[in-house]
Amino acid sequence: MNPRYVPLAATIAIFIAAYVLCVLQYPNMLSTRVIGNLLTDNAFLGIAAVGMTFVILSGGIDLSIGAVIAFTGVFIAVVLESTGLHPLVVFALALGIATLFGALMGAIIHHLEMPPFIVTLAGMFLARGMAFVLSIDSVPVKHPFYATMKAFYYRLPGGGRITLIGGLMLLVFAAGILIAHRTRFGANVYALGGGVQTARLMGVPVARTTIAIYAFSGLLAGLSGIVFSLYTSAGYSLAAVGVELDAIAAVVIGGTLLTGGSGFVGGTLIGILIMGLIQTYITFDGSLSSWWTKILIGLLLFGFILMQKGFLYLSKGGRRLA
Amino acid sequence: MNALKPHLIRLAPQFAVLVAVVLLISLAFPDFLKLQIQNGRVYGSLVDVLNRGAPVALLAIGMTIVIATRGIDLSVGAVMAICGAVAAASITSGHSLVYTLALALSVGLLCGLWNGILVAVLDIQPIIATLVLMVAGRGIAQLITEGAILTFNDPGLIFIGSGSFLGLPMPVIIWVVFGIAVTLLVRRTALGMLVEALGINRRASTLSGVSTGVLLIAAYVLSGLCAAIAGIIAAADIRGADANNAGLWLELDAILAVVVGGNSLLGGRFSIAASLLGALIIQSINTGILLSGFPPEFNLIIKAAIIVLILVVQSPRIRDLATWFGRSDSAEAAVKQEAK
Repeated sequence: MNPRYVPLAATIAIFIAAYVLCVLQYPNMLSTRVIGNLLTDNAFLGIAAVGMTFVILSGGIDLSIGAVIAFTGVFIAVVLESTGLHPLVVFALALGIATLFGALMGAIIHHLEMPPFIVTLAGMFLARGMAFVLSIDSVPVKHPFYATMKAFYYRLPGGGRITLIGGLMLLVFAAGILIAHRTRFGANVYALGGGVQTARLMGVPVARTTIAIYAFSGLLAGLSGIVFSLYTSAGYSLAAVGVELDAIAAVVIGGTLLTGGSGFVGGTLIGILIMGLIQTYITFDGSLSSWWTKILIGLLLFGFILMQKGFLYLSKGGRRLA
Repeated sequence: MNALKPHLIRLAPQFAVLVAVVLLISLAFPDFLKLQIQNGRVYGSLVDVLNRGAPVALLAIGMTIVIATRGIDLSVGAVMAICGAVAAASITSGHSLVYTLALALSVGLLCGLWNGILVAVLDIQPIIATLVLMVAGRGIAQLITEGAILTFNDPGLIFIGSGSFLGLPMPVIIWVVFGIAVTLLVRRTALGMLVEALGINRRASTLSGVSTGVLLIAAYVLSGLCAAIAGIIAAADIRGADANNAGLWLELDAILAVVVGGNSLLGGRFSIAASLLGALIIQSINTGILLSGFPPEFNLIIKAAIIVLILVVQSPRIRDLATWFGRSDSAEAAVKQEAK
């Protein structure tokens, strides 16, 4: 097998093994209801994680997405409350702001040659601060359009529901996979991750690509904020704290190398599902406390990093022999 | 005096900013500078700034060394929570104060050792290596406190958080003494220079005979120790261990303090004193915003503005421009040097 696919294969194998173990203990977990809920509950995280996958593939990191999700949620709630605009118009506005915000961070990273880590950290403070300035309280969304959108779902055999937001996540993943593997932009992202200098010599427009990557991540964080607002029907400035870490964890568990240049958007979906599965198992069990989720995800993260190191070591050793 | 001069020049920008911030606040609120002595303790907003800034100042000490090695430690907030939880659990189950402190500090050292081994031996990027403990750490802390906020009444442990010594609050004494101790340790020996060498080029330092692995691990162990002390102070201050909120996002404040202190995130030259001044600048701004009646929400925006400002000043592009414009000056200075 092509060594490129080994981390992805390992992720899929772990997901299947974990699911089988869960089903052996609780046969009900095989129902389409559980699968539908798995998609719905992790929709906002999944959408944000697609953006994070692109950023990490390019060798960067985006710490601002949790704050952007919260800002988008508060923005939508406040604007809907105080003006008569239709939610769709507000959504478009929110997406525009989030995309611009990401593009601005990308421009700072590229033109000031600063580490993405600290630039997006500033972005995180700024977005969270803007959300606080808009409103400190949780603002409920009572627009009837929200109820219409929530009532829209596809019924699976067995009673499971693929809700609008669950379906949207799958669509975003499909689009992400297409962009990563079938467009010039996707190829440029992989090239940047392989090495900026090499990419520049190959003729990759580094400035444009860097800005586009962070703009794309901002756009998806904004979309994730819309989904989160639909999911909770409220905007709260303290919501989605730490989502960026969950997204990074999902990307790594999904088999993307943190050094950039290697990985798959599809792997991130499996990473999200593994994390959701842990949560579902803990809910099914009932006696395990929620903090086990954090410890298990930490351990899983550690295991995957070790595995990646092992593969890198093996592939380097192999090359040296050859 | 001449030996001190380079240090003073290095600290001048941070010092000027701190003085400017304090002056600005005291212009609006003359009471800010007022100190009074009651029951043998000094009270006042300035002491408050020193006291409230203690956890971030302590974290900044360890973070400075870690960042100087070209690393970063994201786990310090979670380590604070773990060590606070360990201290609370140990004191409530009847162990002595000395045993409790030793236990909590050694847990911090262990956490640092774990990070250090991941970075130095397994060669994992520092952001990711410490992310593991950042994610899992809060879970571990909750495991120790069993999800509740563990409260305690031991006067000895509480003294560390709210007692006073020589008229100053204990946390202030602790971070000042610890800061001086670490500075002396790295500057009176070759350690500081070796850390800088390691941060600038790890391979070159290894080739020239520096045991970079041990040094890297030691940097993370020091950061773990700082986090442990900060965690004990934070727990002692509220007389309880809160696994969810103790040290939450303090890793970011600590990194910010180091960056405000003018230390490059790309490793190399470092100054602990400058980082401590950075921590005080951040804390003065926090206190100033609270005093001014501005909603505390603006705090984050101001922090973001500060980071962007520093980024712009530190950025290689701007620095190139500055050297280009300042070339004639430095050339003159060089000529003068030669003339001497």
